[in-house]
Formats: sequence, structure tokens, C-alpha cells
Amino acid sequence: MNLNLKVWRQNSPEEKGQMVDYQLEGISEHMSFLEMMDVLNQKLINSGERPVAFDHDCREGICGSCSMFINGEAHGPVKGTTTCQLHMRSFKDGDTIFIEPFRANAFPVIKDLVINRSAFDRIQHSGGYISVNTSGNTQDANATPIPKENADLAMDAATCIGCGACVATCKNSSAMLFVGAKISQYALLPQGQVEAKDRAQNMVAQMDAEGFGNCTNTGACEVECPKGISLSNIARMNREFLNGSITE
Amino acid sequence: MSILDGKIPAGPISEKWINYKNKVDLVNPANKRNINVIVVGTGLAGGSAAATLAEQGYNVKAFCYQDSPRRAHSIAAQGGINAAKNYQGDGDSIYRLFYDTVKGGDYRSREANVHRLAEVSTNIIDQCVAQGVPFARDYGGLLDNRSFGGVLVSRTFYAKGQTGQQLLLGAYSAMNRQIARGKIKMYNRHEMLDVVIVDGKARGIIARNLVTGEIERHSAHAVVLGTGGYGNVFYLSTNAMGSNVTAGWKAHKRGAHFANPCYTQIHPTCIPRSGDYQSKLTLMSESLRNDGRIWVPARKEDAQAIRDSKLKPTEINEEDRDYYLERRYPAFGNLVPRDVASRAAKERCDDGHGVNATGEAVYLDFSAAIVRYGKEQATIKGEDNASESRIKDLGKAIVKAKYGNLFDMYKQIVADDPYETPMMIYPAVHYTMGGIWVDYNLMTSIPGCYAIGEANFSDHGANRLGASALMQGLADGYFVLPYTIGSFLSADIRTGEISTHTKEFDEAEKQVKERIDSLVNNKGSNSVDYYHRKLGNIMWNKCGMSRNEEGLKEAIIEIAELRKDFWKNVSVPGKANELNQELEKAGRVADFLELGELFAKDALERNESCGGHFREEYVEKSGEQKGEALRDDKNYAFVSAWEYTGVPSEAILNKEKLEFFDIELKQRSYK
Repeated sequence: MNLNLKVWRQNSPEEKGQMVDYQLEGISEHMSFLEMMDVLNQKLINSGERPVAFDHDCREGICGSCSMFINGEAHGPVKGTTTCQLHMRSFKDGDTIFIEPFRANAFPVIKDLVINRSAFDRIQHSGGYISVNTSGNTQDANATPIPKENADLAMDAATCIGCGACVATCKNSSAMLFVGAKISQYALLPQGQVEAKDRAQNMVAQMDAEGFGNCTNTGACEVECPKGISLSNIARMNREFLNGSITE
Repeated sequence: MSILDGKIPAGPISEKWINYKNKVDLVNPANKRNINVIVVGTGLAGGSAAATLAEQGYNVKAFCYQDSPRRAHSIAAQGGINAAKNYQGDGDSIYRLFYDTVKGGDYRSREANVHRLAEVSTNIIDQCVAQGVPFARDYGGLLDNRSFGGVLVSRTFYAKGQTGQQLLLGAYSAMNRQIARGKIKMYNRHEMLDVVIVDGKARGIIARNLVTGEIERHSAHAVVLGTGGYGNVFYLSTNAMGSNVTAGWKAHKRGAHFANPCYTQIHPTCIPRSGDYQSKLTLMSESLRNDGRIWVPARKEDAQAIRDSKLKPTEINEEDRDYYLERRYPAFGNLVPRDVASRAAKERCDDGHGVNATGEAVYLDFSAAIVRYGKEQATIKGEDNASESRIKDLGKAIVKAKYGNLFDMYKQIVADDPYETPMMIYPAVHYTMGGIWVDYNLMTSIPGCYAIGEANFSDHGANRLGASALMQGLADGYFVLPYTIGSFLSADIRTGEISTHTKEFDEAEKQVKERIDSLVNNKGSNSVDYYHRKLGNIMWNKCGMSRNEEGLKEAIIEIAELRKDFWKNVSVPGKANELNQELEKAGRVADFLELGELFAKDALERNESCGGHFREEYVEKSGEQKGEALRDDKNYAFVSAWEYTGVPSEAILNKEKLEFFDIELKQRSYK
């Protein structure tokens, strides 16, 4: 198939960026979206131009590196799919495709489609852990039974890949789905109870400090999340936060 | 050639580690504050090591090329992690895990290391649960297990098909706690480009800031490499696009021996390639072989009809299917180890039974499991007269609960529904058992330089069993290195800060900069990918699933020529002092072009077949084992540890003799 691409090009955080047009011919429908980008980059390199910078690594939908805003949707048109797992069969011959970075004030562009998501790491530093040292002498793993339902819900929350699609999609650039998922994972497990109150307070405070917006219950994040993280995690985060606030 | 000392402690195998721990030198907590350790790589091994060393009080600097430590490629591990907990009461024990791993590795691993691995395996599960890793549980709230290839017990703990993700996020959370305390200084988007040796000891690294292009000097009292495997030397593999050998190779060039590079694991269940543009291959977890049955059409005409899209797999009758693993290996069936399953698939496809357009695919079929689970569920629900379609629906629900994310992934990539039609799979490069040589302390042949996880060579011999990579990564990082590194660092309590303003750092930085400059200033005409693909082709065709003398000799010459051409004609756009992904790739491919040559040399010199190393000249010629790998324990029960001399194919061979006191060496039979 033949495609018209409109790709965001930006040389550095300081410089202004713009959409640039590229034509591609002979793209196979079996290619992944990033393989199509590889073809574009090989073409650019062979003609002496600068290739498009974009983050990608595992290319199997789990590392959370890839982060393209495609035709106005985080990770493109297919639900439950990261950019790397999107295939060209989702597009038609002659299509025009807009490709932009995930945009949010807290995710500044480094170059082209590469953004800085270190704000997510800093939120995790503020409480995304259980304080247990490595000893090999913690209690036996089966000493505390955990109801299967809670274990499964914790797993669902922990499935978050930290890609930032929720932030890019939200009109408020809210990171509450991301933060809610981590707080929920621990809130649902007995091991997470000890620090539960501080965790919710600290992580929310850091989230605010990073400049992420608030949640207005639009639910777009849940729709665009490639891992189907549920909006109920935000409700659980709010409950944990409130619980921490009133019993302080 | 010299004989290497693995520094294995004396005593009975089950007491070696305990005795070692009792006697190893320790560093007191006050002194740990004055000692710095660099950890390169933040996967399961590097991440867990960085967190644990920081908890103990060392000052840690951790480096990863990704934008966050959470994205290291351990995250993509699917199936599970082994531990000798015996929660299922099916006869598991530390000895059995040890035995299975040594046997699975085709008797080419170091016995003492493997036993230690089995001993600490149970601690890993306890630690991870304490960290909040949400392992799968059954209705009583206790941990669930599944079975993996090459063993007869269920000892694999899992978190859906995302076990690596959950374990890595656990290690990442432990790191985050130490980053918050200031005990780990994290360097994201940094790549190590050399190790700096001062007075014979590893005392720092040269790293490139991948955002600014700045070349940085970092010093420490010890350097730990947890930098993963080198499967991407094949271009197409299940590794992440950025996975590379650069850190290990730089250490090799500075004096670390590189061990058994030819031991590569070709994983039997990957999604077949679909075209020349393919950039990577995707694994389908081995756990699928718990319930999936592998087959090809028994008749070549049927296989041809399928390749021509004139026949569907679901239209082939049961008696016309060849469940070749069940036929050849009745005791282990579909759960034979990976090397055996991969070779069997290749054998069937080479014989003309392959089922996709290229003839390089076999079926992994869940229809029998769906019916089996469906009937079980119907009985539980008291639906004695359930219809066939009701049974299928009930069965699909169970299969979905077990493997849903893997089935979704398959559907996204292939656009086929594996609940309705069998998956197509084919072997692909997955894991490298070879790596930097280390002694029992996990120290390389450079004093003060350690290698952990997939980056080292020690625990999996010539073939790794499923769900053992995660076990080894976390064992090394959480429970082994933090002890063993003390014996080296205890001599450094009065050393003080290591200066980076020395001639050793000057020289290393100069070399790194010169190499980068020669890459960006080279006005060649071929892209980096052009060379990487060519290298991959040579490796796959001549150093892949089966190898022979002629092909390996050709490979050595072809790779050397390709490397020469690379340095003459490669084109790297952009500048050195900016984010430049082509430059990153170029440096990695340049190192693969050297490693590939050593790889072929190692395979050529090992005149036997063992595990993932299958030499066509060395097979059983007759009897029940006809066609199986023929090991030569008399002449090849050693580790090949190569010493760099300037040209990879002229590396010097050092041997570490492998001695087995607790396990009898025998033909590895899964029949």
C-alpha cells in the first residue's frame, strides 16, 4: 500500500517542531507500524536525511517504550494495543497518517517522537514500593493466603506498562490511571497495608508536583490504555487518599 | 592455553554455599558507606543487585540505556520462575531442581553454581511475595504452579503470561526505594562504552549520555555487568531491539574471558517470520506446551495443500496428523526441553511438512485442551448433557484465563484466532547460555569486574530449561552477588574515592571518542541495518540450529570480511553530540561483528553436539537414540573461555574442566 505520512519533527527541546510530509510506497499489510517507520528511516538515511527518532525496544507490547500518537489516538486506532503491536492491516492504501509524540507538559519532547517520561519514575520513587529488605528470611510465600479475587485484581492493576498513553489521551493530562494502578496493586495485597496511607499521600503529592492534571471522570484513559487498566483503580486511589487524609 | 580456576569451595555439594557464606569476608556497615559500586543494566539481575547492594549500605550508581530501569528486557519474560518449594507435593526438592538443571544443560554447567542456584530459589519466591509481586494463586489463596519443559514436577511460579514483567517491577520497586533514599544514583538513557582498569582492577566505566551525546567518566570500587544476552547477533531474535553485547564485549577486550559463545538457545515456540522487513520475532511462552499439542500433517501432500491455502488445519483428520514430539519422546511429549523441541521442528520442516507459506512453521493446537477443560467444567457445573459448543465455550474460558494475553498477542500479530485454529510456530533465537566467564564468586577474569544473570555463562550449560532465566537473574542479584562481592570489597575499606582524573580514564575516554568520531565521520553508503541483517543471515544459516565444519569455517571468513566492509562503508547520519539512535546501533553492530566471529570459532572448535550446540557431524548413528545429539564427555567436558588477542578468530582458548561429583554423566534421554 502507499501512504502519506505527516510526522512531527523537532530537533531538540528548545527548538520549535513541525509536521513534515513523507510519501511511502509498497508497504505490506503484515508489517508492524514500527517496521513501517523502519522503512521510512532507511529511506531517509539512504537519501542523506536525518531519520525520525522514536522510542521502542521490546516490540512485543510489554516494555512500554513506544509512544506514538497516531491519527489523534494514543497508540493508534486498535484498542488494547501498543504502537509496536499495531499492524499496517489496520490502514488502507492511500491513507494519510498523522504521527505525533505523546503530548503533556510533564512529558517534554526530547527529539521528534521521543519524550521524557522521567516524571513517572519520580512518582514511583515517592512511594511505589513496599519497604522490605532483601534477606531471604522473609516469611514463607504461602504463610499468608491471599484471596484469589484480590490477587487477580492486584495483577490486573500491576499490568500497567508505564507508557503514558493515559496522560497523552486525557484532556487534563492526568496521570491518575498510572498512579491509581500502582496504589491499587499494593492496596489489594496484605503486604502493602503497612505503608498504605503514606503511599497514597506521597504519590499523589508527587504527581501534583510534576504538573499532571486532575481527573474529571471522562474515562478516555481507560479506553486508550493498551493494557486495559480499569478506571476503578482511580476510585480506589481516591479512597486510599481520603482514608490517609482523614486519619492523619 | 591455561587451566582456569573456578574457585569452587571444598566440601560436599550441599554444604559448599553454606560454608562459603560462613567464611566469606564481610564489610562492616560503616565501611560500606565509603564504597561505591557501579551496576550496568537494570534487568532482573542488575536491578535486584543494585537494590540489594544499596540496602546493604554501598553507594550504587546504576546505568541503563532505556528511559527507565523498568523497561529492561527481563520485562518481556512470559512463562514463569522455577523454585524448589514443592508446594504441589509432587516430589520436588533442591536436589531435583539441581539435577534437572544440570541434565537440561547437557552436563556443561558448573555443578557447584547450579546447586547454589537451586538452594536460593526458594528465597526468591518469599522475597518477591514480600515485595508485592502478584503471583497467580488458586482459590484457597495459596500460590499456583505450572509445569515447564524438561522436568517431571510443577515448580514454576507465574503471573499470567507476564511473570518477567511482575518480577522486574518488583526489583524496580526495590530500586525506587533506594533511589529515593539517595543510595542508588540512577543514570537512565546512558550506555556503557568501556570499562576502566586501574592497577589491574575494574575501577570505573566510560558511558555515553544518549540524550546529549556527552562522554562521561564514572569511577567505583567494583563494576557489575548485568547486561543480558547477545541473541541479537542473529539480527532476528526474541530480544529487544536494543539488547546488545557491547558492555560484555568491552570487558572481554579489557581482559575478561568470554565463555562458550556458541551455546545459544533457539526457542521452539515463536511466531514465524512473515517477510523480509521483519525487525524482530515474538515468543509464545513455553507454558503453552502445558496444554498445546504440536503437530504437522503426516502427509506431505496435505502440508503442500496448506501452504497453497487449499486446505485448513482444522480439516485434517486426527489420524493424518503427526504429533511428532509425542511420537518421538513419549515420556516428556510436548514438554521436552527447548533444544530438543526446536531441532524436531526443523527436522519436520526440512522434510517438507512445514505449514506456512515459507514451509517454516508447525502447529501448536489447543483444541484438545479446550474440550478437556470444557468437559471438566461441565462436570463441575453439573451440566451432564452439555452440547459440544457449550463444552467448547466452557473450555475456551479456562484457556483464556490461563493464556489470554498470549492468545491476544498472537491474534494481533498474525490476525488469526488461536481459539479456533491452531497457532503456527517456529524456532527463533531467544537466550544465550554463553557469556562472560565468571568464577564461583561471579567475578570475571578482571578483578573487581562481576557479571550476573544472562551476561555470564555459568548456570545453564549448553541449554537452559524454561523458567530458569528469571530464577538465575534474581538469584545472582538478590542472594549471591551481594555476598560474594564482599570478599573483594573488604580489601577496599581504606582505598577512598577512585579518581577519574587519571591516565587510565584519559586513555579509555580517548578510545571511546575516537571510535564514535570514526563512525559519524565515515561517509559510507550502507546503513547500519544493512550490515546487521547481513550478519544475521550468516549467523542463522551457518551458526544456527545445526552447524557443520564447512559452514563454520565459511562464517569466520565472511564475518571478518563483512566487518572490514562495515568500517569502510557504513553510513551513520547525524552528530556525536546529540540523541542519535543510528550511532547507538552502529556501535552495537560493530561489536556483534566481532562477537560473531568468535562465536563461529567456538562452535568450530567444539567437536561434539551438546544442548543448543548441534554439530551435524556428531549425532547418534544407530539404536533408540538415532539422530539425537552425540556428546563427547571424554574430550569436551570443559568450559571454553576465550581470551582476546586483537582478532576474534585468533582468541586464545582457556579451559575450565567440568567435574561432576554428584551427578552421573549420561545420554540425555527424554524418551
